[in-house]
Amino acid sequence: MGAPLIGARVERKEDYRFLTGAGQYTDDVELPRQSYAAFVRSPHAHAVIKKISMVKAKASAGVLAIYTGEDFAAAKLGGLPCGWLITDVNGQPMKEPPHPCLAQGKVRYVGDQVAIVVAETQAQARDAAELVEVDYEVLPAVVDGSKATAKDAPQLHEGAPDNTCYVWAIGDKAATDAAFAKAAHVTRLDLINNRLIPNAIEPRVANGSYSRADDSYTLYVASQNPHVERLLMTAFVMGLPEHKVRVVSQDVGGGFGSKIYLYAEDVAVTWASKQVNRPVKWTSDRSEAFLTDAHGRDHHTIAELAMDKDGHFLGMRVKTTANVGAYLSTFASCVPTILYATLLAGQYKTPVIHCEVTAVFTNTTPVDAYRGAGRPEATYVVERLVETAAREMKIDPADIRRRNFITAFPYQTPVALMYDIGDYNATMDAAQKLGDVAGYPARKKASEAKGKLRGLGYAAYIEACGIAPSAVAGALGARAGLFEAGEVRVHPTGSVTVFTGSHSHGQGHETTFAQVVADRLGMPIENVDIVHGDTSKVLFGMGTYGSRSIAVGGTAIVKALDKVIAKGKKIAAHLMEAAESDVVFENGAYTVAGTDKKKMFGEVAFAAYVPHNYPHDKLEPGLNENAFYDPANFTFPAGTYVCEVEVDPETGVVKIEKFTAVDDFGNIINPMIVEGQVHGGLTQGIGQALTEGCQYDASGQLLTGSFMDYCLPRASDVPFYQVDTRVTACTHNPLGVKGCGEAGAIGAPAALMNAITDALGVKDMPMPATPQTVWRTLKNKKAA
Amino acid sequence: MHAFKYHRPSSVNDAAALVKGEAKLLAGGQTLVQTMKLRLASPSDIIDLGTIKDLAGIKSDGKTLSIGAMTRHADVAHSAEVKKAIPALAALAAMIGDRQVRAMGTIGGSVANNDPAADYPAALLALNATITTNKGKHEADKFFKGMFTTALAADEIITGVSFQVPRRAAYTKFKNPASRFAIVGVFVADFGGSVRVAVTGAGAGVFRQADMEKALAAKFAPESVANIKVKQDGLNSDMHASAEYRAHLVTVMAKRAVEAALK
Repeated sequence: MGAPLIGARVERKEDYRFLTGAGQYTDDVELPRQSYAAFVRSPHAHAVIKKISMVKAKASAGVLAIYTGEDFAAAKLGGLPCGWLITDVNGQPMKEPPHPCLAQGKVRYVGDQVAIVVAETQAQARDAAELVEVDYEVLPAVVDGSKATAKDAPQLHEGAPDNTCYVWAIGDKAATDAAFAKAAHVTRLDLINNRLIPNAIEPRVANGSYSRADDSYTLYVASQNPHVERLLMTAFVMGLPEHKVRVVSQDVGGGFGSKIYLYAEDVAVTWASKQVNRPVKWTSDRSEAFLTDAHGRDHHTIAELAMDKDGHFLGMRVKTTANVGAYLSTFASCVPTILYATLLAGQYKTPVIHCEVTAVFTNTTPVDAYRGAGRPEATYVVERLVETAAREMKIDPADIRRRNFITAFPYQTPVALMYDIGDYNATMDAAQKLGDVAGYPARKKASEAKGKLRGLGYAAYIEACGIAPSAVAGALGARAGLFEAGEVRVHPTGSVTVFTGSHSHGQGHETTFAQVVADRLGMPIENVDIVHGDTSKVLFGMGTYGSRSIAVGGTAIVKALDKVIAKGKKIAAHLMEAAESDVVFENGAYTVAGTDKKKMFGEVAFAAYVPHNYPHDKLEPGLNENAFYDPANFTFPAGTYVCEVEVDPETGVVKIEKFTAVDDFGNIINPMIVEGQVHGGLTQGIGQALTEGCQYDASGQLLTGSFMDYCLPRASDVPFYQVDTRVTACTHNPLGVKGCGEAGAIGAPAALMNAITDALGVKDMPMPATPQTVWRTLKNKKAA
Repeated sequence: MHAFKYHRPSSVNDAAALVKGEAKLLAGGQTLVQTMKLRLASPSDIIDLGTIKDLAGIKSDGKTLSIGAMTRHADVAHSAEVKKAIPALAALAAMIGDRQVRAMGTIGGSVANNDPAADYPAALLALNATITTNKGKHEADKFFKGMFTTALAADEIITGVSFQVPRRAAYTKFKNPASRFAIVGVFVADFGGSVRVAVTGAGAGVFRQADMEKALAAKFAPESVANIKVKQDGLNSDMHASAEYRAHLVTVMAKRAVEAALK
């Protein structure tokens, strides 16, 4: 064995497949007798369906069947469930209005599914879908979350008065109010966290197939968590036993959260495949993706920070309206509560915090977790407040943070979480050094000499990852466990296949996990394959989101590896005629301490499968172990980002001159992959702050329904990032890892907006900071 | 996309003969094909001009620069002849869309489509171009008739565009951050004594800015236009840029175009 694999920049095993077009994405799956589906979708944001006429459509070439909500009701198919129950301030459960797979009498957003058309070809299905005539009675719509609870607002659901899903709160209100009463200074901000459209490069695809032979279904679907998809679909919607349904999500081209959820199309193609007795495939086009993939963010928040005269934080008060869209998506309810308000302590020892969240329904696409999910919104609140407070108190923004950093661990925050470890001064120091903050005044002067404005902003973020201790999640309303499963199958000649319940849709698990396994077993990485994304192969899984894969999924694999190594030790002890307690496993070999006796791992594996000389009285043959791991706590990645911008006051164009990110992700398995995750996260965070903003008109039509109007950041919009890490190892998992997938998207918006507001000399401005918005902000400032 | 009949005529006359009913000419297809894919257009016939010889090519005699209708944007951008005669035109072509669009899109297609945010119309208007068709010639000043409308007859096919070579010129473009079309594009051309300033993206179609032309004819310098306020009336207003912002940008882009032309 050479150098240790953990911590090595191993090139990604999966890239050969992806870069040479050999990936197997869901749309690549073409089954015998394949048929194709298209959906009839509502063109209105809010309307009553008076009549659906299918005469012309059914006569259209190639049509096999058309189903509407009536057919689904007759078949007793349930609605789409929400996986997290929030209990409101009065102890009542949140309002969960029905979320039918196909509309039942009413549509509630543009894109809502009305009918599924199944035909011989995709073109024929789309042609026929255009011929389905739906007579709508158009109703007034409400789009803006902050207007949804108004008395005269149109009502979406009978079971949700005032369009309110819940009013929820966390923290000690009385103690927080008392802290504000004695504050020397209060900083207040009115913040919008803009709605985003995820836009994974691969749109959603679902291909349902029914087998008469054994009365079973297979669903090929672009999903981040096939087992969860199966559980929700079988138990809650279709009333099927799980052993009759297989869900396969092999290669998936990005998710960012949007592929966590059970969608109506997945159910519809699965159900229809039995009706037409043929596989039914639906492939979303980009226009459908804009309309129907769950959106992200969309908060309106009023936030206040109370301080003493020296800038020590005394309390924080936050009131948020979260727009959840027309229906509750799978995890919509926990994003603006559990994943948001619990992070409002940030990196600071703010002693009291109170947060109230009102979740509202509107005539817009459902909103759910999107890269960061609640934590970017929390970081935006905390870090915009802290930076603004520093400016108002005339304290250096880094200093005000240092004055308030948590430095002793474990630390119990006033909003439920217990941080196990961190070193926030270390990441701040490193970021200031790497970002050459000392040289900033000279750079600012140089910009001003060119007629440009320059600004610098920080964000010192924290996130809770490694989701989640099931008991904690359950107490908070989760309707599922949040453990992970792994299986290590050692083959007779010593190579290894590892099955993980985590799911890779771009993260590089096939490499990172293989590094862990090969390192532990002392074998070349080529001898390890990682298998994911198939409920018929993987024993169970909760999937990949919330930067949980290495911390939870990786730990499950480590636990299974421990069992493999322990069993191997028993076998080796037998083979070497030694006491088990004297056998040591190291660098791929079992040895007996103090002797030259040695059995390689492969020899032990062979003995397990060819058990001629074997302790049959004590052990079963074979070497195959699995483990379920339920984490003891969340993990708490944290870091400091420093952003420097130059603004052209004539045009309003913002150029990011420097972006420095120093993260503490705990121990790192593959620095190259981690850097890639950080770069991607930063780019999406910059997208939110600079270019991306979902917009509807007042009638609920999506104005940003294509890349002509919705601006994803391009390479030329972002700088060369300067990234580094500092390490405090997680205290409660064996790898000491915390997770890195979302950090960039969590910290970047606040850092960038702090830099832009600094350059402009304004307290606040809305995201995205498009040229027009920046120009207008400057114009308004001059006029004021 | 709906089904259609696909034709590959070998001459302009054959192509013209095919133009009837719901048929559409394909000249690169960077707008038409996208529209068809979204099912917003369903032509019965597509007449692909891409196989007609002699429609592509670049010629210059020092006074005029002639570009065949089916010359791709990338070929204009990279042409030594264009870079020598009118470098601003090569730079403009290099700014259109993205690499894929430039590889397929053509000058004739762009001019015939007359998208109000397209780049080429600004060059044609500022460089006093002549549009040659199978039926005759059009002066640029009388060719562009507002949003997606031109002086072309239904069966009239552009064969080429001839530009007058200016003393100096420049094009500056403020891009829509999403689409990278022009929110405002200003082409300034100095013919020594007369100056033409054409604006694209800002209004319903490309237009000339008379106040700036007059000021620059008197003195070709950035400060001549820096304080000219452009009226908002008639300018486009959308989520990316209000009429007020566009009016402001016309002045800024014109000033920067003059600066660039003087470099």
